[in-house]
Amino acid sequence: MAADRTASAPATLTQATGATRGTVGESTPRPDGTLKVTGEFAYSSDLWHEDMLWGFTLRSPYAHAAIRSVDTAEALALPGVYAVMTHDDLPAGTHYGLEIHDQPVLAKDRVRFHGEPVAIVAADHPETARRAAARIAVEYEELPLVVDEATATAPDAPLLHPGRRDHHASHVPHPNIVHRQPIRRGDVAAARARADVVVRRDYEVGMQDQAFLGPESGLAVPAEDGGVDLYIATQWLHVDRDQLAPVLGLPADKVRLTLSGVGGAFGAREDLSMQAHACLLALRTGRPVKIVYNRYESFFGHVHRHPAKLTYEHGATRDGTLLYVQCRIVLDGGAYASSSPAVVGNAASLSIGPYVVGNVDVEAIALYSNNPPCGAMRGFGAVQACFAYEAQMDAVAAELGLDPVEFRQRNAMSQGATMPTGQLVDSPAPVAELLRRVKALPMPPERDWEAAGGPVDVRALPGGLSNTTHGEAVVRGVGYAVGIKNVGFSEGFDDYSTARIRLEVIGGEPVALVHTAMAEVGQGGVTVHTQIARTELGVDRVTLHPADTRVGSAGSTSASRQTYMTGGAVKHACEAVRAEVLRRGRERFGASHPAWAEPERLRLEDGKVVTDGGEVIGDLAGILGDEAIDLEREFRHRPTEPFDLRTGQGFGHVQYSFCAHRAVVEVDTELGLVKVVELAAAQDVGKAINPLSVVGQIHGGSTQGLGLAVMEEIVVSRDGARVRNPSFTDYLIPTILDTPAMPVEVLELADDNAPYGLRGVGEAPTLSSTPAVVAAIRAATGRPLKRVPVRPEHLTGG
Amino acid sequence: MDFLRPAGWEEALAAKAEHPTAVPIAGGTDVMVEINFDHRRPEYLLDLTRVAELAEWEATDRTVRLGAGVPYTRIIEELRTELPGLALAAHTVGSPQIRNRGTVGGNLGAASPAGDAHPALLAAGAEVEVASVRGTRRIPVEEFFTGVKRHVLEPDELIRAVHIRRADGPQQFSKVGTRNAMVIAVCAFAVALHPRTRTVRTGIGSAAPTPVRAREAEEFLGAALDEGGFWDSGAPLDPSVVRRFVELCAGACRPIDDVRGTAAYRRHAVGVMARRTLGWTWEAYREGEGRTAQCA
Repeated sequence: MAADRTASAPATLTQATGATRGTVGESTPRPDGTLKVTGEFAYSSDLWHEDMLWGFTLRSPYAHAAIRSVDTAEALALPGVYAVMTHDDLPAGTHYGLEIHDQPVLAKDRVRFHGEPVAIVAADHPETARRAAARIAVEYEELPLVVDEATATAPDAPLLHPGRRDHHASHVPHPNIVHRQPIRRGDVAAARARADVVVRRDYEVGMQDQAFLGPESGLAVPAEDGGVDLYIATQWLHVDRDQLAPVLGLPADKVRLTLSGVGGAFGAREDLSMQAHACLLALRTGRPVKIVYNRYESFFGHVHRHPAKLTYEHGATRDGTLLYVQCRIVLDGGAYASSSPAVVGNAASLSIGPYVVGNVDVEAIALYSNNPPCGAMRGFGAVQACFAYEAQMDAVAAELGLDPVEFRQRNAMSQGATMPTGQLVDSPAPVAELLRRVKALPMPPERDWEAAGGPVDVRALPGGLSNTTHGEAVVRGVGYAVGIKNVGFSEGFDDYSTARIRLEVIGGEPVALVHTAMAEVGQGGVTVHTQIARTELGVDRVTLHPADTRVGSAGSTSASRQTYMTGGAVKHACEAVRAEVLRRGRERFGASHPAWAEPERLRLEDGKVVTDGGEVIGDLAGILGDEAIDLEREFRHRPTEPFDLRTGQGFGHVQYSFCAHRAVVEVDTELGLVKVVELAAAQDVGKAINPLSVVGQIHGGSTQGLGLAVMEEIVVSRDGARVRNPSFTDYLIPTILDTPAMPVEVLELADDNAPYGLRGVGEAPTLSSTPAVVAAIRAATGRPLKRVPVRPEHLTGG
Repeated sequence: MDFLRPAGWEEALAAKAEHPTAVPIAGGTDVMVEINFDHRRPEYLLDLTRVAELAEWEATDRTVRLGAGVPYTRIIEELRTELPGLALAAHTVGSPQIRNRGTVGGNLGAASPAGDAHPALLAAGAEVEVASVRGTRRIPVEEFFTGVKRHVLEPDELIRAVHIRRADGPQQFSKVGTRNAMVIAVCAFAVALHPRTRTVRTGIGSAAPTPVRAREAEEFLGAALDEGGFWDSGAPLDPSVVRRFVELCAGACRPIDDVRGTAAYRRHAVGVMARRTLGWTWEAYREGEGRTAQCA
């Protein structure tokens, strides 16, 4: 039965049991797991404070309009309303942004996208706040729309941000282009002349939403020192603080953030949403202010994945060697920059995929437009490219009459390869092996809906319980794809994480307290940090301090970087604490045993100091006594450098991660309905710190990619640039009946540059999942399918 | 917003008469969504969950009287034999939680062209029993819908029950959505064979401003079955008959392009569903299901 085929971890993994100590490499259960599935976990939307007010945001109904006037008198007159604020009421800074400060806290004289915040209200009840917002009279005058590259760069195109002075302004070909990154290597023209086969096609990727389950929410509490305490679901506490302080007109130390329960992020919490609004209202009213978006508002409250138009040309010789790739990637960044420049850098530098290609001519740009702002989402520019280059790999293989996996393997990169950016891939890159593994897995049984011999089990068929087919017109297809994703912040960014470790004896037992500002958004850092501390300090009891800005920055929970970076910081700080333990031990007990003089021979284990020969020479309780060790350390990955603005050459990325998928689908070719039967993955993770979580990440990323392949898209009207489906009724994400069995093969080939040899895991599976599913649908239907998500009418021609 | 909680049916009718703007609420799966998203702010909510009789059904020889407040889950569990088409449709409604709360009365009251129950009711043959302090009337379901989310109820009337013909032959229901569960219909199709009257009835959802029957298709197929002696012979259907039936079903649609699908796709998909569901029901009939009903 289909319902029994739940996604499961492979049996070869260590399963979490009560006997697990929870050290590095063991499957360790999440402390928040049971609470979350039973509904008891406290999310940021559950925050409550005595005397708190409720904030509400008035948003623009137009995608592009001049604001002629705003009248708040009617709203202020409503009983229960404590404050109404517009752009004119802002006390200090008026704009914010992750890289370019181009986004108004509240729109001034112009709105640039449907849903842009125009005014905020605080009232004693959410309903009162909502009604008050409806009484604010805003006079708009609609302006011409910029909706795509043609309208953005037309001779009379309205400029989204006239007078740009940001650091990309001087090198872009048009002020409505946020950033442009070319990459040039070799000689494409010469290679084209030698090619036996040339395939040139256009592709399109729709606007995907992160669709996290916990909407934007937080609570701002004004403090007696004139500052504010913000309890918030976010991805990076310190970058929120650094954007908030200038807007609030406060020094950074008076803006204190504490992480609240986060219901998923996937990039959508990298930009500010309600943070500044809640703080402004709290400081204005002197009362705690809570803001919670509902699902509708959430679709306007965060950035989405950049929709993209891509043109690719691949040339190959008859024997299956890729000679050149030429491509152009146009990302729509929407009204504000957000992280568009970095997304452009990723899309460009990863545009060829995990292949060796000597001749490359790439151009990636992001547009300013009146569409919804787009920014970070799991995969970050690499997803869009992967859909196109993997479709191309299949198309070229078909032209050559080669097996698509074999063609990929012939051109696959491996350790020692050179990226189109000139960067040497200096750690394992087992691309061909990952493909081999997914291909070698047994195929799921055919016509499984007939398996029981009884009546047809529609749950195993396209359409599921909707009962659209009992097997008629159902055709199976199989597709493969592989992708490459960078890990960590790139292009010269000073990327670091901080960890503070306190080791002390409590009740006769050594206890470690791990304090970082890492945002736990579901990725599993809460187990990883305790596992690392247990391993490095040899203690059983490890406590996590709540994440806040009282410790140094942990950087963002994004770019698959937290296990590497904040995990690395925890390791680094634990090593410093261990060194201090051994120093104190040597000071007090050095005379008792000669090994104290050789700390490199000593390790901490089960609360004891143990020699490499296994001899116990001291214990933590005795060494520490009443004195705690409390140390804070920063950890940096190796430095990177920006890509050259003309050639794209440069050591831009810290680390690469690779995942391959095989998708098996069944398509009702008459109705155009798809059932993904199985989605197998193989990924190199360097070292699985928590194998259970690693598989969970691969399952989650694969499913998110499946969603983009067959259903997930924010539909924006072309005539008004309005979002047409801001709800979970019409923005569909996969249900359990859409989620197939997902066998996972985990490779652990160490990257010597990384802590424990690990490789960031979270994003790579999101890349190759989409093209694998679409390749399988192509195989089943014979249709070219150049756009995702694939809709039923694309498969029926209707 | 005032919340009215009548303890019995007469009290409910009185409340509705006194407050004609009151919005009746049973499972709340439609009404609460509209309220939560601020699409609707009724002056009064009329909670019908304390009216016990609404959550009951009773079957006679020829019909099932389904209380307006019977949730979908109970239709699936208790009425699969009597109302197979409606049970199939009920299975496609939302999630298990929604099916535990949502009701056919609520589906009718919302009168969405995408309501999952409607095509099955149209195909089975049903009358909606509505009442007010002025009295009771029964409205054939095909006359109930007047437009997108509009119906024939007077402001003081409430839906009390639906009288649905008991199945006397095979019934089927299909719905196209863009995922495999928990989805609003892009379009839907229901067919019911009625061997006793030697008729075929259909219902189409989400492909016109209201749920509709494909009457021409029904008449064509009824005549073809009769003339060809198919009801008696149980012979396989002539492909040309099936083709014409499919054309007429697709032709009965008046679909639009919207965010869920295109008009052309909807018309196409209704045709495919018509062909398949007719095939399944006729196959079941040939295998004996309902062939004895003719003698009853």
